[in-house]
Amino acid sequence: MTIFSVRNVSYSYGPKKALDDVTIDLEAGRFCALLGPNGAGKSTLFNLLTRLFVTREGSIRIAGHDLAREPRKALAALGVVFQQPTLDLDMSVAWNLKYFAALQGLSGAHAKKRIDAALARLDMSERAREKVRELNGGHRRRMEIARALIHEPKVLLLDEPTVGLDIESRIAITDHVHDLSQTGLLVFWATHLVDEIRPSDDVVVLHRGRILKHERADSLCAGGRLQDAFKALTSRQQAEVDAG
Amino acid sequence: MKSYLTALQAIVFREGWRFINQRSRFFAALVRPMVWLVVFAAGFRAALGLSIIPPYQTYITYEVYIVPGLCGMIQLFNAMQSSLSLVYDREMGSMRLLLTSPLPRGWLLFCKILAGTIVSIVQVYVFLALAALFGIDMPAMGYVYLFPALVLSGLMLGALGLFISSTIRQLENFAGVMNFVIFPMFFLSSALYPLWKMAESSPLLRDICAFNPFTYAVELIRFSLYGQFNGAALMWVALSFAVFMTGALIGYDPARGMLRHRAVGPK
Repeated sequence: MTIFSVRNVSYSYGPKKALDDVTIDLEAGRFCALLGPNGAGKSTLFNLLTRLFVTREGSIRIAGHDLAREPRKALAALGVVFQQPTLDLDMSVAWNLKYFAALQGLSGAHAKKRIDAALARLDMSERAREKVRELNGGHRRRMEIARALIHEPKVLLLDEPTVGLDIESRIAITDHVHDLSQTGLLVFWATHLVDEIRPSDDVVVLHRGRILKHERADSLCAGGRLQDAFKALTSRQQAEVDAG
Repeated sequence: MKSYLTALQAIVFREGWRFINQRSRFFAALVRPMVWLVVFAAGFRAALGLSIIPPYQTYITYEVYIVPGLCGMIQLFNAMQSSLSLVYDREMGSMRLLLTSPLPRGWLLFCKILAGTIVSIVQVYVFLALAALFGIDMPAMGYVYLFPALVLSGLMLGALGLFISSTIRQLENFAGVMNFVIFPMFFLSSALYPLWKMAESSPLLRDICAFNPFTYAVELIRFSLYGQFNGAALMWVALSFAVFMTGALIGYDPARGMLRHRAVGPK
């Protein structure tokens, strides 16, 4: 069942086209990596998906709701982990989660239950009372993922969530989020690091604002290395652009 | 409806907590008006003669005259401080949490300025208590009537701060805005001298003061402190609130305002 649909979306910064006719359809329970080098348009796409930007070209549907026509319903089905940390460092983990729950309209025992469940899912329960400032980068990221799940979204967006983390934390977070997709959640994970992608994941290759490929990682690399397949795709497009 | 109130409560709590934890901000918020009251007003007392004008029914000292203006100043500084923290939040990313909430963006932004207003009202009452210790007190019921006036003036100034924050591209630009907003608004108003006094030196300056929404916020506060109703001030403050809030909502609308304009240019 298609739960996430981006159709013919384009976006420009002045004369420069950041996204050009982007179309992506994704199903529930999948882990989809949005793979692209820096400047490919990943952050612009995320800003459109979270309605920080809007465009008149194309449409975005999340859990059956059109983001332009029913923004509140669409956003309610969306959990987001931004590339930049969005935490109150001097507040406790629990308080940060409670604040987020309140922004989703959740309060009282209901919110507490959801917060406890989200913390448990990310093995963060014992850190609930700690100040965020005292957590290391990996735990802060985990906390942000736990927070993004409090309102039980159907789609989880993560914008390069492992940037700046050590290898151990990167692996732990990548594993955790892969596990989350097994529970029926659609995970849409922007990255430029191919080692975060598993053979069974979907891969959308974005380069210079255009979708070059959308298929399973194992079929994309056809027995070879994903890194090589990715390089071949992007350099082929580069050559086409250079040839005019 | 409950979800709206839940968000309001959380935003107010966060704003209050941040204020209490920024001790230097709390200290500055109290010292600033006290310096004006105890030092500036004492020096000016001899230089400035005041006639009896409404709402006063007798001669008053200059210290008494500037108390409403200083209440307004506290709210003006607080609003600009909130505006600064909004720009900071936007640069640091935490504004995204607010803007991607499924609750209506207008309501969340209103919660933000209401939270700032509540913080400013606490500061005003602490200032008035300190002023009373220095012997500058108001009629007892004035402190009660003052409350709704402070809510409205705080919302108006908060909406102005919100509007300004929506037009600022970077944090570094903020200092300029402070100079171009706080000082002209404060000095070109009835906070430090009545408008008739201003007219004696320049009718043009008087007209500018009469156009300045901060003048009406100060007059609303002044009249309420003496249990009197100033309809014109109320109307002007309410109208200014509506204009600034509309501007802020446009500024934070992803389709039209600053968020879109910020996208222009290389990243």
